Amino acid sequence: MKALVAVKRVIDYHVKIRVKDDGSDVDLSNVKMAMNPFCEIAVEEAVRLREAGIVDEVVVVSVGDKACEEQIRNALALGADRGVRVDFSTAMDAESMTQPDALTIAKLLSKVVEREQPKLTILGKQAIDSDNNQTGQMLAALLDYPQATFVSELQVTEQGITATREVDGGLQVLQLPLPAVITTDLRLNEPRYASLPNIMKAKRKPIDVVKSEELGVELRCNLLQLSVETPAQRSAGIKVASVTELVDKLRNEAKVL
Amino acid sequence: MSILVIAEHDNSAVLNATLNTLSAASELSGDIHVLVAGFNCGSVAEQLSKNPSISKVLLVDHSVYEHHLAEGVSKLVCSIAEDYSHILMASTTVGKSTAPRIAALLDVNQISDVIAIEADDVFKRPIYAGNAIATVQSKDAVKVLTVRNTAFDAVDAQSDEYSAEVVELSSETPEAQVTFISESHVESERPELTDAPVVISGGRGMGSGENFDLLYRIADQLGAAVGASRAAVDAGFVTNDMQVGQTGKMVAPELYIAVGISGAIQHLAGMKDSKVIVAINKDEDAPIFQVADYGLVADLFDVLPELETQLSD
Repeated sequence: MKALVAVKRVIDYHVKIRVKDDGSDVDLSNVKMAMNPFCEIAVEEAVRLREAGIVDEVVVVSVGDKACEEQIRNALALGADRGVRVDFSTAMDAESMTQPDALTIAKLLSKVVEREQPKLTILGKQAIDSDNNQTGQMLAALLDYPQATFVSELQVTEQGITATREVDGGLQVLQLPLPAVITTDLRLNEPRYASLPNIMKAKRKPIDVVKSEELGVELRCNLLQLSVETPAQRSAGIKVASVTELVDKLRNEAKVL
Repeated sequence: MSILVIAEHDNSAVLNATLNTLSAASELSGDIHVLVAGFNCGSVAEQLSKNPSISKVLLVDHSVYEHHLAEGVSKLVCSIAEDYSHILMASTTVGKSTAPRIAALLDVNQISDVIAIEADDVFKRPIYAGNAIATVQSKDAVKVLTVRNTAFDAVDAQSDEYSAEVVELSSETPEAQVTFISESHVESERPELTDAPVVISGGRGMGSGENFDLLYRIADQLGAAVGASRAAVDAGFVTNDMQVGQTGKMVAPELYIAVGISGAIQHLAGMKDSKVIVAINKDEDAPIFQVADYGLVADLFDVLPELETQLSD
């Protein structure tokens, strides 16, 4: 069976972000970019299924400009077979829109799924920039596919999937028919590092560029970002010298005991 | 136009997060309807009908909704969505799984983790793990929101004098796409992490899962819930449902006690809205002290037994 993995180029998670002085957005100039960590877990899971002989082809897709081909190459170096980049630059009126909204991205991905016909589509549960936690669920809804979000354990057969999900109170196990959409949680696996020979090999793997016009999706941005601010900081309080002093402060000053 | 809040419940009682979501809903213009979808869940509808913030309770009782799976609930909500300007769910794992599906079926965006309502179409939400707050405006016809429960006070649970209309809907039943196999909840006598007035959490400094007993004993004295940092979960000391942080649970208790936790950004994102924060760590440079109201630089293995003794006085 074929597996499709969607990946997103985001700010590297080690980078401490800074809000622009004009409060319009987070400053992304000259910062290191990387594959979203949850997407890396998604790639790793697909590659493991391929190594186990359950999946025979892993296709990686990303929506964005040429820069995100770097993250597609990373995924190819981790073991994916080929890449697809959806480019919306020529369809976008740059004056009225800086970025299509999350629903538009999900629609573009749904058209790629319709073209590629994967049995299994795997995404990270959320991107660490927008923290939306939406794309996989929207994609599943648009395709009318079943979904398993926040997956920490996955078993795949030709008949279907058994997925263990991290839910608020503990763990939930679901059985899904294929085709289906999976979103990954942290504990699903630990992604490998790409080896040098595999990085070299990845350079020769194909990346197709598909224009959003060809997919027949109207680009929209119905969710406008008006401003971005730094959250109110908590200031450090005092140091206490002993347990006795701590208990006294909590009882008599903070009055929380 | 009215506002629809989708209640989260266990088929017998409503979850507290829904009461926080109702509080967010009452900041919007319009009367509030609540959807209770589940199986043998009439008592939930009755409980909510006594809540004065609600004008109408919609009840859908069918086995297909027993486990609140996103596929069925999203289709159900779409079938009744046309009367509503806003659709709200709590930002729980159920809400996060379901709300984006509802939004996509309605051809609108979804706004995640709302922490403030500025206007009927303008909302604040955290981005970059809470390191920035975005103000966003929705131009969509229907606003589908998930609400971060720690950002809104719960509405008063109920009043015996009040009684909202309860309407039982007989909607077309969608075919179940997913088979529920099992759900394992960690049984605990202690309060839920997200509801507890006091939370005491351990980090990598605890050294082992057995050492968490030191925290449990204090928690039982304080009526507290016990949490953990991601480092402690990844080290295998405790299970992931105890994790507080960006990728775990968001908590905002009256008192948060962080023990042996360094204070990584991802942990701070989950607890920095707590009213009073206490940090106990032997490393005086640990970032947790920068957000703590009371810091104690000491070895936790000396502090915890002493704290237990002093609290029992």
